[in-house]
Amino acid sequence: MHKVKDRVLVIGYGNPGRLDDGLGPALAAALEAEGIPGITVETRYQLSIEDAAAVAEHDCVIFADAARTGPEPFALERIAPAGPASFSSHAVKPEAILALAEGSFGSTTKGYVLAVRGYSFDAFGESLSEKARKNLDSAIRFMREKLQDGGWNP
Amino acid sequence: MTDGTRRIVIEPVTRIEGHGKVVILLDEKNRVRQARLHVVEFRGFERFIQGRPYWEIPVIVQRLCGICPVSHHLASAKAMDRIVGGEKLTPTAEKVRRLMHYGQIFQSHALHFFHLASPDLLFGFDADPAVRNVIGVAAKHPDLAVQAIMMRKYGQEIIGATAGKKIHGTGAIPGGVNKNLSVAERDALLKDLDKNIEWSRGALKIAKELTLSNLEKLAPFGAFDSNHLSLVREDGALDLYDGKIRAIDSAGKKILDQVDSQEYAEHIAEEVRSWSYMKFPFIKSLGPAAGWYRVGPLARMNTCDSIDTPEAEAARREFKGVTSGKTNNITMAYHWARMVELVHAIEKIRDLLNDRDLQGTDLVVKGPRREEGVGLLEAPRGTLFHHYRVDRNDQVVMANLIVSTTNNNEAMNRAVQKVAQDSIDGKPEITEGLLNSIEVAIRAYDPCLSCATHALGQMALIVELYDSKNRLVATRTR
Repeated sequence: MHKVKDRVLVIGYGNPGRLDDGLGPALAAALEAEGIPGITVETRYQLSIEDAAAVAEHDCVIFADAARTGPEPFALERIAPAGPASFSSHAVKPEAILALAEGSFGSTTKGYVLAVRGYSFDAFGESLSEKARKNLDSAIRFMREKLQDGGWNP
Repeated sequence: MTDGTRRIVIEPVTRIEGHGKVVILLDEKNRVRQARLHVVEFRGFERFIQGRPYWEIPVIVQRLCGICPVSHHLASAKAMDRIVGGEKLTPTAEKVRRLMHYGQIFQSHALHFFHLASPDLLFGFDADPAVRNVIGVAAKHPDLAVQAIMMRKYGQEIIGATAGKKIHGTGAIPGGVNKNLSVAERDALLKDLDKNIEWSRGALKIAKELTLSNLEKLAPFGAFDSNHLSLVREDGALDLYDGKIRAIDSAGKKILDQVDSQEYAEHIAEEVRSWSYMKFPFIKSLGPAAGWYRVGPLARMNTCDSIDTPEAEAARREFKGVTSGKTNNITMAYHWARMVELVHAIEKIRDLLNDRDLQGTDLVVKGPRREEGVGLLEAPRGTLFHHYRVDRNDQVVMANLIVSTTNNNEAMNRAVQKVAQDSIDGKPEITEGLLNSIEVAIRAYDPCLSCATHALGQMALIVELYDSKNRLVATRTR
């Protein structure tokens, strides 16, 4: 008997105009180019509350973002729904998106954060630093392996 | 630091673009002597785009802000219309751009109201921040939370259909647009229109009722007299996409009227203050001390003579009734004004979706080439100025951007000063009440405090308390 595959959503977010902050969108672009069947890939500058609707339509979601600190080349962490929301309307944490999806749509979507380590954030520019590029390549290989066959097997 | 002065620092450590902190100076009796909001605005963007070909700018400038990229996209496109001599757009181009803009206003206003304003208004300023947020709204009023999400989604779908995609759109180009709205795209948007109209009416009702029922508390909160500035149409009506500059004083007397956007620099200047990265715009004829002004929904309700959509006009009249038709200087009235504009935006969206010009195929016009162009529009948070010079090689050689948050810089400082004075009473403490009040006062303006980058690993809010000898004695995070 075949296991029913999870509906998987990958949201890569960040600002490609701010150097390594573009790691999330770059990862999303790479996965989208691979066209893995059954995987939905979205790109955002920043997370916002409407992402809760898309999250609720999937069984699991991977939020891919740049990390200013933390392990190299990347870290994968399971996250749970949590508030509160942020000080301004301009950034919402992945945990808050899960909480909104749960509170608004009864979602039980499993959430993960893929934190790809970056180094350069303090200027405008549309390129990744060399070290961040290497970390991205590692993260892409990891995601390709875990998303093969259209499922999510962390 | 002067002798005998205590310093309280409230510092949201957020993103590089919008790092802000509040510094409060106390006198020897621990009363507020001075309060300042520091927003570390990243000014390098103007240099970043110098040397770029002008036609790239409407796409690149969207990277200024993750929450209102469409405003920058359209303001820069309007400036570049002047460069290519294409400022008189075809009906299809102008209406597609307007639809994109109203979609942006709609989703931004809905997001702000449900995400930031409604928790403060529904639960009260003093409520636990763990509850006073959109997650708390979802728990207590799940229907409202769902509406917020779906309204924001609807606005994003309008942007996607008109700009080509939801983020980093390419729809507006110098002299016009690169796509019309197909019948299929129109029909998909019409399908969800009616419920978004209903939800907008509901949001306006909530904002009005919560404001009126708490008016005694809200009216003095962070309130002060000010000038107000926005674009208005030639007949004085509200126009969020285009118009001429009008500024009024706190009593409603006109300071500027029907000033062409190309001449803004003759009337508006920016003061640099040593303690802030963000400039302080002012009306030149009044000077920096008296010429500062507010922008955004409250200012627009004050400057315009009417609104050209019926439900929003009726709502505007009710809004004006609170101050007997006079200028409304109540900071917390921003939220109600924002919802009047939400209704106006959805009325405009309805009208445009039923306009066959959106399916036209005449998309671009060009005329005599110019080397300088200014694009102004009313972004969700207020008047947005984009000004460029382009050389004969088509490269941008000068850019000056005055964003809405910069226009409100002095006003936000005044609001912080006011609530700090009202909250601190002889004790050098950052109480929960003070922190809440500062948050609520700043939020009324919906400033871009965390715009451009947001990498993981930063805390949203840090509060530090220094004693009279400038020693850190307490830290709080939120």
